[in-house]
Amino acid sequence: MAEPLVFRFEVDGDNFTSAGQASVQVKKNLRELGVDPETIRRVSIAMYEGEINMVIHAKGGVAEVIVSDESVEIILRDSGPGIANIEQAMQEGFSTAPDNVRSLGFGAGMGLPNMKRYTDYMHIDSVVGEGTTITMKVNF
Amino acid sequence: MNTYIHSVSLDSSKCTGCTTCMKHCPTEAIRIRNGCAVIDSERCIDCGECIRNCPNNAKKSICNSFDEIQNYKYKIALPAPALLAQFDNLDNAGFVLQGLLDIGFDEVFEVSKAAELVSAYTRLYLQTEGIKKPVISTACPVVARLIVLRFPFLKDNLLPLLPPMEVAAAMAKKEALEKHPELKAEEICTCFISPCPAKMSYARNGFGSYKSEVDLVVSMSEIYLKLINVMDREKACDAVSQAGRIGVSWAICGGEGSALLNDKILAADGINNVISVLDQIEDGNIPPIDFVELNACPSGCVGGVLTIENPYVAKNRLHTLRRYMPISLNSISDEEYIPKESFISDIPSYKPLNRLSDNLGESMRLMSQIQALRKELPGIDCGSCGAPNCRAFAEDIVMGNADRNECIIAYKELIKKYIKDYDGGETVDGK
Repeated sequence: MAEPLVFRFEVDGDNFTSAGQASVQVKKNLRELGVDPETIRRVSIAMYEGEINMVIHAKGGVAEVIVSDESVEIILRDSGPGIANIEQAMQEGFSTAPDNVRSLGFGAGMGLPNMKRYTDYMHIDSVVGEGTTITMKVNF
Repeated sequence: MNTYIHSVSLDSSKCTGCTTCMKHCPTEAIRIRNGCAVIDSERCIDCGECIRNCPNNAKKSICNSFDEIQNYKYKIALPAPALLAQFDNLDNAGFVLQGLLDIGFDEVFEVSKAAELVSAYTRLYLQTEGIKKPVISTACPVVARLIVLRFPFLKDNLLPLLPPMEVAAAMAKKEALEKHPELKAEEICTCFISPCPAKMSYARNGFGSYKSEVDLVVSMSEIYLKLINVMDREKACDAVSQAGRIGVSWAICGGEGSALLNDKILAADGINNVISVLDQIEDGNIPPIDFVELNACPSGCVGGVLTIENPYVAKNRLHTLRRYMPISLNSISDEEYIPKESFISDIPSYKPLNRLSDNLGESMRLMSQIQALRKELPGIDCGSCGAPNCRAFAEDIVMGNADRNECIIAYKELIKKYIKDYDGGETVDGK
């Protein structure tokens, strides 16, 4: 049993230029670890969507990726507005992204559904006005 | 074991160990050892950035010499379309083709002719149901290798056809054998006139189980010097180009894409831009597009390190030359026109770059050591230790390829400490 490895990234809010950097870095690290390409892809898609969400809705946050023997776990924490209705938010096409964000090509309402689709486990913990923590797992 | 043959070499008498190439290498394949640059051939993708950036001209590409065509009875030149962009005020491609015959080739088969066939095939292929999109071009050998090494998930997106260089070589040989039944196959040589060293690597290594039909690769700069001595543009020339605008435009970024007569294309140039586009495609983070054209060199093949002219001037010249050309001279009416063997049968197996160990647990242990060590290093990525940045240095130390004392910042701290200890240790009584 190897010690789990933890990678931590600060996700800069309101900065679309650097959005996606953490997922590219995670991809690099997983490649070095020798994780199979399909798992890498699933992790990086889920991570990318989560990162973009934090930039759009929550003015950034912290992303943690924990690699263990069995899985890659992604924990995204922000102190944003929170999600009022999680069930609704999980529906494809539902979006609360503002117009300026949509004009950049984001906000199609596919973020959370994609995160669920590409992971084996996903849990959303959210309190309106306090923030959201999303935990996802991709098993080896 | 690594059996890949590269085409970049180092003239150690010229290398000053300045770290420039190491800093520019997109795959962190270079280290400075004993004052000299060393390339890790497993990581090298033959992009030529080190040759492009070396201030001392110490990095060279290994190509065949032009004289080697003399070892064959029947010599076929395969000029890359970028060759036409090297000449000023060229209004007829025939002058260059005639020049190639005059310097000793028996025949010229333009790669731009094969490129037009590849374009025609791609147009048909894009209409096929069920293919994985975006389709990615296989023309740039650096990109094909990069996908195999780093983006295995995208390998099914590759166009299932070999690059125009190979299509041209296969067609040229077949035609020559038909025209000259007295010749044996081994007496014929196909000689590609190349803008970059990556094509040389491709010809030597093939792709998957495919063996290249290109026998020799000679650098464009060597051929250029021979050509300018024989090209006479006052005289009428017999050679006539067999390609149009579409074929010639493959030399510049966007050319291959625009030949598809489709708006949903993306064309990128420059190795770092190529990598970020591939990263985005892999993450599913691009708008719906049909075709992606990627060129490792800035501006496309005209930006290759074996060309003579500045890529922007070269581009302008091609625009001028194109004005006098028909759109395209080649199309596939019956699909058999592209040799069967030019279709990709298998993709080289996935060989991940920079894998720490074959065992996940061991890799995790090594990576946590690297992370811990990295925090102790200064983080200024100065390169003096011989690694491109502190993270790569930490990795080298953990993997047993570097000594921690090579960090000059850490060494300086150590000396400072000695001096302090020395000052504090000896009591000097005011004198």
